[in-house]
Amino acid sequence: MNYYSIRAIYIFEMSRTFRTLLQSIATPVISTCLYFVVFGSAIGSQMMDIDGVSYGAFIVPGLVMLTLLMQSVTNASFGIYFPKFNGTIYEVMSAPISYIEIVIGYVGAAATKSVVLGLIILLTARLFVDYQIDHPIWMFSFLILTAITFSFLGFIIGIWADGFEKLQIVPMMVVTPLTFLGGTFYSIDMLPPFWQGVTLLNPVVYLVSGFRWAFYGTSDVHIAISLAMTLGFLAIFIALTWWIFKTGYKLKS
Amino acid sequence: MSAIISVEQLEKTYSGGFQALKQVDLEIRAGEIFALLGPNGAGKTTLISIICGLVTPSAGRVMADGHDIVRDFRAARSKIGLVPQELATNAFEQVIATVRFSRGLFGKPPNEAHIEKVLRDLSLWDKRHTPTMELSGGMKRRLMIAKALSHEPRILFLDEPTAGVDVELRRDMWNMVRHLRESGVTIILTTHYIEEAEEMADRIGVINHGRIILVDDKASLMKTLGRKELRLTLQEPLQALPDALADTELELADEGYQLIYRFDVQDDHAHISDLLGRLGEAGIQYRDLQTRESSLEDIFVDLVHREQEVSA
Repeated sequence: MNYYSIRAIYIFEMSRTFRTLLQSIATPVISTCLYFVVFGSAIGSQMMDIDGVSYGAFIVPGLVMLTLLMQSVTNASFGIYFPKFNGTIYEVMSAPISYIEIVIGYVGAAATKSVVLGLIILLTARLFVDYQIDHPIWMFSFLILTAITFSFLGFIIGIWADGFEKLQIVPMMVVTPLTFLGGTFYSIDMLPPFWQGVTLLNPVVYLVSGFRWAFYGTSDVHIAISLAMTLGFLAIFIALTWWIFKTGYKLKS
Repeated sequence: MSAIISVEQLEKTYSGGFQALKQVDLEIRAGEIFALLGPNGAGKTTLISIICGLVTPSAGRVMADGHDIVRDFRAARSKIGLVPQELATNAFEQVIATVRFSRGLFGKPPNEAHIEKVLRDLSLWDKRHTPTMELSGGMKRRLMIAKALSHEPRILFLDEPTAGVDVELRRDMWNMVRHLRESGVTIILTTHYIEEAEEMADRIGVINHGRIILVDDKASLMKTLGRKELRLTLQEPLQALPDALADTELELADEGYQLIYRFDVQDDHAHISDLLGRLGEAGIQYRDLQTRESSLEDIFVDLVHREQEVSA
């Protein structure tokens, strides 16, 4: 394992976050906090409890998950797309570094940023909403696992994208709607039976449900299924990444 | 001298069907400056890109400092530094951060002293905390060289290093390349500026249509393929060559005001005095006399032209 190479990519990527703190950290924290203020503190007090949890507290795991998914995909896709865009990717491709090491560097940095951001949002939410965490180790593990999984997706998107528009399509047109419709703001038990069935086709349901279980011990689907689905996504994204490097897709002619 | 890079039967056909390299064999000697010349699309960049790991070869083998570039890519690539043709820099990062990144990426532990030396050698030390987007084009080119040298490579590829660089900077860069060679780095450069190859290279390879058509020492290349030209400016114009000089290879030019005589560099020069004597006997008076040796550019154009005629 080429430790110095991985470290170089990781530090370089992380330094971008520190250089752009306002955009990387402050913007997502503020926009998520607005949800806590409106749905948690303001409207939440007028809403009934769901599964014995106050509405403000109920939406916390889903909103953290929303930011985590968005940030993982965006950070990782931008991290690998930008060197492609400005041409500096030649350096990475000509370095004595294996594909696994490249992935560890880029995906690792993107996942780290998302986890840090998720934790900051969780702490900030405490200012507006009173929530509990029944299974903190599970919560933390799920946070990391999801961040890694969706950073892989971001990495794949970053390699696939050949313009900034494509880079935005998946987070805005796919991840955001799936998260909003994936039980972030409601329990899927509240839907008519037909729409409950449809909702189960949405992969984000399993992520939000599993994450919420770590907080309150209740979930829409069993925690084991949530975990299996998340690991399944991870396996699919790893396989796709492996294929990209094996074929040199959009990287090597 | 031992070969530091050996290319054997290298071929590359791109997915669109374009065959960029055809059975290329080439040896680069340790410690030399090798210039690879060729017209646009000849295969220069493809050849460099394969050796550096950016393009996958279709067939053949490349060894860099004794390591196979595919099977033993880590050892091979750690010996190589690449400065590509296109200016590509991270816009927002500071100069020194990008150089540190390059060193780490190539698997080397941090070494601030080396990074300082490289930046000083390339006159970038004062700009070390400047975001790269604020650098001029010439500075960006130097930064790319600094990045390529950050991991102390034994082999340096410079793909069109002075394209779009002003004359003064080009001279500085030539000096820098010479210093690098003195420190033991083997340098392979591609260039459009034949003057550059003529000025710096020890050996020259000419590539055209994906084939290496010639590799030779610069000096012997100039000697064997070089031509000399004697140009006489006459006092009175001539309508035609006098019969007494019909057996010479003299040509009339400039509406009869000039006589041109072309001969091989290796030819014995004694016959020029014969020629001048015969001109005097024929009553031809001249007021000026110039000689010119053909440049590498003339040789190159001639070679490529000949190769195109053969392949046509």
